[in-house]
Amino acid sequence: MRDELQLNTELVKDSRGIESPLSSNQIALPVKNRGDGNIIIEKKTFRPVEFIIERFLQIISFFSLACIILIFTFVFREAASIFFAKEDVMEESVEPSETYGEEALGEQIPVENIVMKEEVQKTSIIRSISGAKWVPVSRHPQFGILPLLLGSINVALLAILIAAPISIFASLYTTTFAPKPVKEIVKPVVEILAGFPSVVIGFFALIIIASLVQIIFGLQYRLNAFVGAIALSLAIIPVIFTISEDALNAVPRSYIEASLALGAQKWETALFVVLPSAIPGIFAAVLLGIGRAVGETMIVLMATGNAALATLNPFSPVRTMAATIGAEMAEVVFGDIHYSVLFFIGVVLFIISFLLNLTAETVVRKLVMRRYS
Amino acid sequence: MKIGKKSVLKFIVPGFAGLCAFSIIAIVAVLILVLLINGLPDISWKFLTSAPEQGMTSGGIFPAIIGTFFLVLLMSIIGVPVGTITALYLSEYVYQGSTVVKVIRFAVNTLAGIPSIVYGLFGLGFFVQFIGLGMDKILYGNAIVKWGQPNILWASLTMAVLTLPVVIVSVEEAIRTVPRELREASLALGATRWETILKIVLPGCSTGIMTGAILAISRGAGEVAPILFTGAAYFLPHLPSSFSDQFMNLGYHIYIMSTQSPDVDATRGIQYATTLVLLLLTFSFNIAAVMVRSKMRKKLV
Repeated sequence: MRDELQLNTELVKDSRGIESPLSSNQIALPVKNRGDGNIIIEKKTFRPVEFIIERFLQIISFFSLACIILIFTFVFREAASIFFAKEDVMEESVEPSETYGEEALGEQIPVENIVMKEEVQKTSIIRSISGAKWVPVSRHPQFGILPLLLGSINVALLAILIAAPISIFASLYTTTFAPKPVKEIVKPVVEILAGFPSVVIGFFALIIIASLVQIIFGLQYRLNAFVGAIALSLAIIPVIFTISEDALNAVPRSYIEASLALGAQKWETALFVVLPSAIPGIFAAVLLGIGRAVGETMIVLMATGNAALATLNPFSPVRTMAATIGAEMAEVVFGDIHYSVLFFIGVVLFIISFLLNLTAETVVRKLVMRRYS
Repeated sequence: MKIGKKSVLKFIVPGFAGLCAFSIIAIVAVLILVLLINGLPDISWKFLTSAPEQGMTSGGIFPAIIGTFFLVLLMSIIGVPVGTITALYLSEYVYQGSTVVKVIRFAVNTLAGIPSIVYGLFGLGFFVQFIGLGMDKILYGNAIVKWGQPNILWASLTMAVLTLPVVIVSVEEAIRTVPRELREASLALGATRWETILKIVLPGCSTGIMTGAILAISRGAGEVAPILFTGAAYFLPHLPSSFSDQFMNLGYHIYIMSTQSPDVDATRGIQYATTLVLLLLTFSFNIAAVMVRSKMRKKLV
């Protein structure tokens, strides 16, 4: 009996190295000692129920991956009609030529014309997208996303300029200077702020912040990029604060002790040792903050005035990409060019946020690994 | 000179950092106070339990509350099991560091980073246009449009996808608090892996699942962008009675009342009160999540 047990554990170890036994398929290798010196290892008993359950869980856990693919596919699919000729339109125009029979020969010229018109329309859509005017509803609609892009950059940049210093220094304060009771207050407050629905912040900006800004700066327009940026900074402060606080907390204790031992004061240690060591994490925090700022819809929809002006003036009303989708999608005809262009803007947003997340993640991993390895 | 500069900086640096931290607290306090002062007088039992009247210029927000309730209910029925199973599979069945784990984790991170408005587009393009219209084609032969239009089911599904990362992350965190020895003991006693999960891991991380669900509900109740064109309605005289009905929503109601209604200033009171109700709702959910989670962390220590 004892021999059997020993053999058993040895075999398990041999077959899979020294990994933890938990995630192995061979936890209980049944060993039979026949008595003639030969040991037979029975194969793991096949349990159909276990197998089915595992496969079922596996399939469901790939759901989030499937979602990413579906999101990209379907948002892109609706946007794609800008770039590819619309087949159904051409089919419709071909059909009558069949019913007219003899006149089909005479019909061919118009059909070609229609195709050419399609081509012209297609190129003009692409030209119009790269144009500088966003006038989606008119006799000659123009879909230049430049003003929207500038609007998004304008608001997001302003918001990050307001939010980044505040949240980075606030997190520096809680990690290095603050006495414990203060720390216990700041952190939950930031969590509360993170839990604010964006529509609540948007409402606050629309009513309170807009009036304050108008009075202080004496502006012509109540709602403008600056108001939107202040409101947006409220939404991204928790993002930047939480991540940069994690980064600051991860700075090795020995760095701080070494600095203090060398005679540096507390503020010098904080500013010249702790902060620089946490730069990769803070950088990632700012990138994620930008991602959130570009993608945020309700706040900018309510607070920036929504005029599609191609400007970087902080006190001008602007219209961002996300707000454009939010404001116009509900009123648009399905399958229309306008509809496709809005989906195209969605694709742009998707790609921007995807790239920002990817950079944040890889940059952090690389820098952190180089620093602490 | 140098010493003087340094002794000044000694106070300036922590002072400035403290000011930044204080300004966050101050703005949150101001926000809450403004909403409380302006919103509280209009909140009454009647406001919470009656429908909007006279072209939404008076009356209550009952349909919006019910709509939000059904939205988050459907959303969590769909999203919480999927998120829990994903977390279980990731931490119980596959090697940490394997490609499967990396791929799924990357997918979850990406999902968490996608702007909510893109989820709205996805809901419209996939659920409403593709699945909904497809169902109509199969069920009714395009005779009527029942599913191929925005409704509460598509909105809930969209929201479930949006809140999936929230659930996965908090359930995974909870699974890590289940001691390895318990699992090993269970396996050593002859329980299969699924039995171990069912009897040991799941009861051990039930608080984590609850935290995930609460956080997801709080997020789902507050998000407006994904439901703008997947199911939220401006005004409905009746409550949603089937999955193919549209619904009213608190957040959408605030947006509509404060920007689109004909006389914005006349309904200020309703707007403040609705905002306060939404805020209190998400607030209480968040606090519940924090409490459950701190209980869980205590167990870990």
